[in-house]
Amino acid sequence: MCTPRRARAWMVGLLLTAVVQAQEGPPLGPGLGQPLDERTLLALDRTVFPDGTGLPQGSGDVSLGEALFAERCAHCHGEAGAGGTAPELAYAQMPLDSEWPDQTIGSYWPYATTVFDFVRRAMPMEAPGSLSDEQTYHLTAYLLHLNGLHERDAPLTRQVLITLRMPNRDGFRWVDVTKPPPEADRTTAP
Amino acid sequence: MGDENDTTLPPGAGNGLIDRRTLLTGSVALGAAFCLPRTPMAQKPDPMQVPGSGFVTYGHPSVHEKRTIRYSSTNPMAPGNGISYTPLHRLEGTIVPNGLHFERHHNGVPNIDPASHRLTIHGKVKRPLAFSIDALLRYPMHSRQCFVECGGNSNAGWNDEPLQTATSNIHGMVANSEWTGVPVAILLDEVGVDPAATWAVAEGRDAFALAMSVPVAKLSDDAMIALYQNGERIRPENGYPMRLLLPGYEGVTQVKWLHRLQLADQPAMARNETSRYTELQADGTARQFTLEMEVKSLITSPSTGMVLDERGLYEVKGLAWSGRGRIVRVEVSADGGKSWAEAALDGPVQPKCFTRFRLPWHWQGQAAVLKSRATDETGEVQPERDVLIAKRGKHGYFHYNAVVSYAVDEDGFVSHVYT
Repeated sequence: MCTPRRARAWMVGLLLTAVVQAQEGPPLGPGLGQPLDERTLLALDRTVFPDGTGLPQGSGDVSLGEALFAERCAHCHGEAGAGGTAPELAYAQMPLDSEWPDQTIGSYWPYATTVFDFVRRAMPMEAPGSLSDEQTYHLTAYLLHLNGLHERDAPLTRQVLITLRMPNRDGFRWVDVTKPPPEADRTTAP
Repeated sequence: MGDENDTTLPPGAGNGLIDRRTLLTGSVALGAAFCLPRTPMAQKPDPMQVPGSGFVTYGHPSVHEKRTIRYSSTNPMAPGNGISYTPLHRLEGTIVPNGLHFERHHNGVPNIDPASHRLTIHGKVKRPLAFSIDALLRYPMHSRQCFVECGGNSNAGWNDEPLQTATSNIHGMVANSEWTGVPVAILLDEVGVDPAATWAVAEGRDAFALAMSVPVAKLSDDAMIALYQNGERIRPENGYPMRLLLPGYEGVTQVKWLHRLQLADQPAMARNETSRYTELQADGTARQFTLEMEVKSLITSPSTGMVLDERGLYEVKGLAWSGRGRIVRVEVSADGGKSWAEAALDGPVQPKCFTRFRLPWHWQGQAAVLKSRATDETGEVQPERDVLIAKRGKHGYFHYNAVVSYAVDEDGFVSHVYT
C-alpha cells in the first residue's frame, strides 16, 4: 500500500530526475488538467463569501420576497418562516443559552451572505437552482426582515448584505482551525 | 467478584469478563461453549444431492441474510433528504461492504454520467484546470483504509431517554472502507496554489450543491480524490464518480459528487458550516470547524434488542475509531464501569480506521451493564455521557462520542441504558 507520503516521495524523486533535464521541473502528476477560459471560470464562481466575493449585483425587495416565500417556500418552512417540515427561520423566542434555544437565521447565523448563497444554490428543494439572482435577493431581504434585521421599505443591495452585522457574529469558537483576530475578518488555516 | 462466576478461566474484570489473552493463546476450547443453531434446516433438498445454481454477473448476499440491510430515515416532504444507517451490529471485521455504507444525502443521489463530469480547481491558483475522469484515472493513486463518519452520528445520545432501537440505528452513520484515488496534493501542485489561499470550498454536483470549506493544509496533507471504494468504483450513493476523502474529518466535509474546489483566503461560511454542523454549547456560544472526529467505540454485540438465549461464553465485540490517529486501547466493563478489562484488538491497527475489539465474557444469568471505552494515540479517552454533557451541554447535536452502555437482564435481554 502506498501512503501519500510515499507517493509524494516517489513524485519528488521524479521531479529531481527531471530537474537535471530541464530548467523547470515538471508537475508532480502527468499534467492532464485542461485549462479553462475566462467565461467558463466566471460561470463557475458561484460561492458567496462573507466579504461579498461571488455576490452578484442586484437588489432585493421585502414585499416581493414575501410573495415569493408564500408561493415557493412556506409549504416546508411554514407561514412566514415559522417552521414546518423544514427548520424555523425566524421569530427566535428562547435565547441560545436557554433550555430550548431557537437557532434561527437572526439568532444563530453569523453572516447574512450565507442566506443568499444557500437559497441560490439549494432552494427550493424540489427545484433547486430555479431562482434568479434577483429573486434570491428578494427572498434574502424578506428573511432578514422577518428576523428584524432589515427594514421593509429599504432595498437590500450587495453592499447592505456585506456590511450587515448579524447578532450572533461573534458567537462561534473555532476548534480545529485557528480563528483570525477580530479586527481581521480574513481567516487563516492551521 | 471472581467467585460469582463459575469458571476456571482467568478473569479480566468483574461480572464475568475473561482475560483477553485467553482467546489469543487458544488454550481453552471456547468454541464448544458457544450456542449452536437450534432452528432445524428448512425443508429443502439437500444441496449435496442437487446441482447448485449458475453464475451471476454481480454477486448478492445469501437470500438468508435479508436482515443485513441499511435502515433509512427520510423527510417525507423531501425524500432525498435523510439518512440510512450501516447495520454495524450485523457485520464483522472492519471493512463495510459498499452496499451497506451509510448514506446521508441532502437532496437525493444524482445520476452522473462520468463522461460529462469534470473536477475543476480554480480561485486563488496560478492555473485553473479541469480534470476529466479519464485523465484522473491516469494519475498516480494510492489506497488506504479509513472510516467516514457523519458529524451527526449518535446524536440520539443527547436525548434525555436512551432510545431502544438496534444500536446501528443510532450509531450507524459511520463506515470503514479501503479507498483508492489521486492525492489532492498532486492536483494542487499542477494548478499552483496562491500562497494566500488557506481554504478551499468543495462543492458537490447534487441538487443541494453542497458546499463546505476545508483547510488547504488538509488537502495537501492526506486528502484524496477517491474514485474507488473497496476495490470497485465508488457507488452513486457514495459520490460516483468521485468524492473528496479527508481521513478523520467529519463526513459532510468529504463532499460527494465532487466537481469543484475553489481556493480562497477565507471560508465560505456556507449554511452547513454555520447553521448546521456547528455545536451550540450551554453558554450560548457554538463550536465551529470541529473537523476531526473524536475517539469513540461501540459494542456491536451484544447490543440493544439482542437476547442471550443460553448461559455460557460469549464474545463481547465492537468497533473503535478516532479521527486523530490510531486506537491504542479499548477497555470493556461488565459491571457498569466499576471494573474494566482490556480488550484484544484485531490487527493491523491503522490510523483513522475502524479497529475491531473483542473480549470473552462468561454470562451465567446475572444482570450486567456492558460498556466499552476507547483511547487513541493522542491520549484522548472516550468520555462517559455525563462528562460529555457537563462539558458540551445538550444542544450540540453533532460530535457525540460518549461511552455507550447496555443492560443485560437476568433473561439475557439487552437494552440501551444511560449510567
